[in-house]
Formats: sequence, structure tokens, C-alpha cells
Amino acid sequence: MSIWEYANPKKFMQTSGVVLPWLAGLTAVALVVGLVWGFFLTPDDYKQGSTVKIIYLHVPAAMMAISAWFMMLVASLIWLIRRHHVSALSARAAAPVGMTFTLIALVTGALWGQPMWGTWWAWDPRLTSFLILFLFYLGYIALWEAIDNPDAAADLTSVLCMVGSVFAVLSRYAVNFWNQGLHQGASLSLDKEENVADVFYIPLLVCIAGFVLLFVTLVLLRTRTEIRARRMKALIARERMA
Amino acid sequence: MIPDLGKYAFTVLMSYGASLGLLAVLIGLSLRRGARVRRALEDVESRRREDG
Repeated sequence: MSIWEYANPKKFMQTSGVVLPWLAGLTAVALVVGLVWGFFLTPDDYKQGSTVKIIYLHVPAAMMAISAWFMMLVASLIWLIRRHHVSALSARAAAPVGMTFTLIALVTGALWGQPMWGTWWAWDPRLTSFLILFLFYLGYIALWEAIDNPDAAADLTSVLCMVGSVFAVLSRYAVNFWNQGLHQGASLSLDKEENVADVFYIPLLVCIAGFVLLFVTLVLLRTRTEIRARRMKALIARERMA
Repeated sequence: MIPDLGKYAFTVLMSYGASLGLLAVLIGLSLRRGARVRRALEDVESRRREDG
């Protein structure tokens, strides 16, 4: 069995219809367990106090904001190279989800920054590249809406997605590229010395799993909607021609 | 019972409220559009069947 079978809308609808309820259930469990664990059952940090609890929203949302853009990039490249409509529609479906995650990362970061850094916002490399990524999400969604021809819209948004990938990379590695600004390094690291303490680490991993599952669930759900909308448009166009 | 969040209670509660609110809006809008498009497609398909 090849992965390209799922480029067939009928096969995609069949499989996603079976998988979706299970994914939705798993997402709910992971998010509830992770957030309840993080909020109610973890101690305050000796430096940050109770604001450390924001990590369970901020870190997963920021990770998924960048990952969502890369998923869109892969789907866009598949569209440009192989012309599979499902991949273009899945990129379109992922954009509002990624945009919401980016907004959550920006809002929770600003709320955390005020008491910890003494400011809601700074033109720091990571914060700025994240803001630009958010603007790219807005532009990507607006471009899809602005063009009537769906294939032309898919082509142009794919190019925009490739350009925006530069900022997705910058958002991830800005702290390493420019060793300046307020934002600290990664909260999660394979280096035990740099990693957050275990008491925060495990609920954080559960929250990350919850956000990944939420992303997959919403992208599948929204891709199904896009496929139906595309079919509906085609049927209405055929009716008008007849 | 909400844990004692000390002097950062507003910050933490606002972060959770804003994030969960945004996620709820995203999920709600996705489900609503999904249901609308599904109904509309069913209407078009049944009309086509009736028309032969």
C-alpha cells in the first residue's frame, strides 16, 4: 500500500472518517490530563513562581506554530510537484490552526514577559520572527480567499508558503543565530543540564502530545470540509453548464 | 480547587483563559463550517439525484 493512495479524495474521506473520532477522543484525553497535571499538580518554580504553569500552553503552541508551517510547506511542495488536490487542501486547512497556535504563543509569551522581563513585548529576534510568522499565516489565508480559481490559489499560496518557511526556521533558531535579546534558549533539550526539571518535563510532554494530536485532528476535520466544499463547487458548476 | 497562584494569579489565569478561549473558537468554527458544508453538499447531491 502506498501513501499516495490517500491523495485520492475518496480514499482520504473513507480513512479519515474512521480515524477521526478516535483521534478526537485521544486529543481530549491528552489535553485534559496534561493541562490538569500542569496547572493543578506541579509546584511553583523557585524563580518564576506560578508563571511557570504558562509553559504548558506556550511551549506546545510555539512548537506547533512552527511545525504547522512545515507541514504546509511539505503539502505545498507535493501540490507543486505531483498536483494532488488533497495536499493543497490540507495545507489550506492547516493554516488557521497554525495561526491560532502562533497567536497563543504570542499572547502567552507577552503575558509571561510582563512580570518576568518587565515588558509585554521586545523587538527580540525570536519574538519578532514569530510576529512575522503570524503575519505570514494571515497573508496565506487571505491569499486563498482572494483568488477564485482554486488551482491558481494553490500555486500562489504554495510559493508564499516557501517564502514564509524562512521565518519559520528563524522562529525556531533565532535564539541560536543571534545570541542576543530577551528570549531564553529552548525549554526542551536532549542535554539534561539545559532541560527543564523532571517535575515540569513529563506534564509538558503530555501537553505537547495533546497539541500535536489536536493539530492532526483539526487538519483532518478541516481537510474533509475543504474536499466537500470543492466537490460542491464542482457540482454546482456542472449544474449551471447543463 | 484552584491552586494558590500568589501575585501572578492574573497572569496565569489570563494565559489559560485566552489560550483555551482561542482553541474553543477554532474548534467551534471548524465544526460549524464542517456541518454547514456537509449539509449543503448533501442538498446539492440529492437535487442531482432527483433531476436524474
